[in-house]
Amino acid sequence: MANETQRGTTTVELLLAWCFVGIPLAWGVIQTLENAMKLFQ
Amino acid sequence: MSFLDRSHSIAKPGFNRWMVPPAALCIHLCIGQAYAFSVFNLPMTKLLGITASAAGDWNLAELGWIFSIGIFFLGTSAAVFGRWVEEGGPRKAMFAAGCCFGGGFLVSALGVYLHNLWIIYLGYGVLGGCGLGIGYISPVSTLIKWFPDRPGMATGMAIMGFGGAAFIASPLSVWLMSKFSTPTHIGVQETFITLGIVYFCFMMVGAAIVRIPAPGWKPEGYTPPVVEQKLITKNDVYVYDAIKTPQFWLIWWVLCLNVTAGIGVLGQASAMTQEMFPGKVSALAAAGFVGLLSLFNMAGRFFWASTSDYIGRKNTYFCFFAIGTVLYALVPWTGSIGSVAGFVICFLIIISMYGGGFATVPAYLKDMFGTRYVGAIHGWLITAWSAAGVFGPVLVNYIRQYQIDHGVPKADAYNITMYIMAGLLIIGFICNFMIKAVHHRFHMKPDHEALRGQVAVDAAGEPAGA
Repeated sequence: MANETQRGTTTVELLLAWCFVGIPLAWGVIQTLENAMKLFQ
Repeated sequence: MSFLDRSHSIAKPGFNRWMVPPAALCIHLCIGQAYAFSVFNLPMTKLLGITASAAGDWNLAELGWIFSIGIFFLGTSAAVFGRWVEEGGPRKAMFAAGCCFGGGFLVSALGVYLHNLWIIYLGYGVLGGCGLGIGYISPVSTLIKWFPDRPGMATGMAIMGFGGAAFIASPLSVWLMSKFSTPTHIGVQETFITLGIVYFCFMMVGAAIVRIPAPGWKPEGYTPPVVEQKLITKNDVYVYDAIKTPQFWLIWWVLCLNVTAGIGVLGQASAMTQEMFPGKVSALAAAGFVGLLSLFNMAGRFFWASTSDYIGRKNTYFCFFAIGTVLYALVPWTGSIGSVAGFVICFLIIISMYGGGFATVPAYLKDMFGTRYVGAIHGWLITAWSAAGVFGPVLVNYIRQYQIDHGVPKADAYNITMYIMAGLLIIGFICNFMIKAVHHRFHMKPDHEALRGQVAVDAAGEPAGA
């Protein structure tokens, strides 16, 4: 049985992996939200 | 290339399962670019004329085939290569998807350079389409195996990436084209090369970090439910047996009808708001509405798929069909009273359920057919999406045109379509209601698995993966 808290994947690796996909996605969502706000102007 | 094998991607003790959703997102955030391919259409009509279309330039109808061929090959490759994806493991599949998708862009760049549309059909359409299909199903069963406690949330997260990819691809492509364009040249070719390389690298990161759990692995503290749940099997069904079951085809119709109801609206949202509320909604506001729909499409994928872990897959689809029917029936009323807010709210909820339908279905398949071949079965099910991609827009566009041709004002031209969509959702409700547990004669027997393992040993010279 693998234990998620055992050494193996470090927090830094986990953080890097999530930032790698999260930052571009967040950038895209912000761009879209800025455009969507025109609906309420 | 043995590092791509299934046996080399088995997680070592201590591997954190939360590394797998980013790996899946690396793939889906790239291949979802397909939703944003239309940003290239207009610039590609002016490759020779630069400021305006010239003789010999491609027209929009010809260019529209690139996306259609891509979606066709998405469905076809997911169905054809599903078993290979499942047996070869996620890393090999992600690598293949990256090569096809990135390579598709590079071949298309050559097509632009030579101004040969057939090369682009072959590049983005055929090669890229295969990358889309293989990439779409590649992380599904892996995520389900890592998250047996929350399979809906796990697959919902990946498929949310597919819905959100256009948010990145659209502004990125426009920005790249502006950088590569000069007064005498439109920078589509350079943009294709850049995107091909960037997407390939991004997908390789996913392939590098993905892992499959070791045989018998369970999340810490997780105990599979002891009480038997009628619609959640503990057995596996072989992919080619699964497509012989009535359950598969009922789920096929459930997905097809749910997608049909959403996809037609998604394509016509801008025109529909402006025609139903003349003078009240500007073109700019309509574009904002389309952006908002895309956000709800993406968020719905995560929200509904995660919710399905608590209320069950069948109940989640009951929600889609019941709430969707009511909302579609309400849309003409919001138009008649001139309520833009009511109209917007109705469609935002409808679109969230459209996305939710995509994201919840892998877990539904896992419940019905087990985890062993869920990715391959999902590949076959994606043909429902291709079918809905034809039904939905045809229903909305042709019925609208028929209404207008028969003297119905533009503001009321969508009413019949909305009632037809509501009717389709009622049929979907009935299909969902008819889904029962798969008969045990379809379950894989231990000797079936052993025989298949022996075939793999004979063919590859080493034991088949876990």
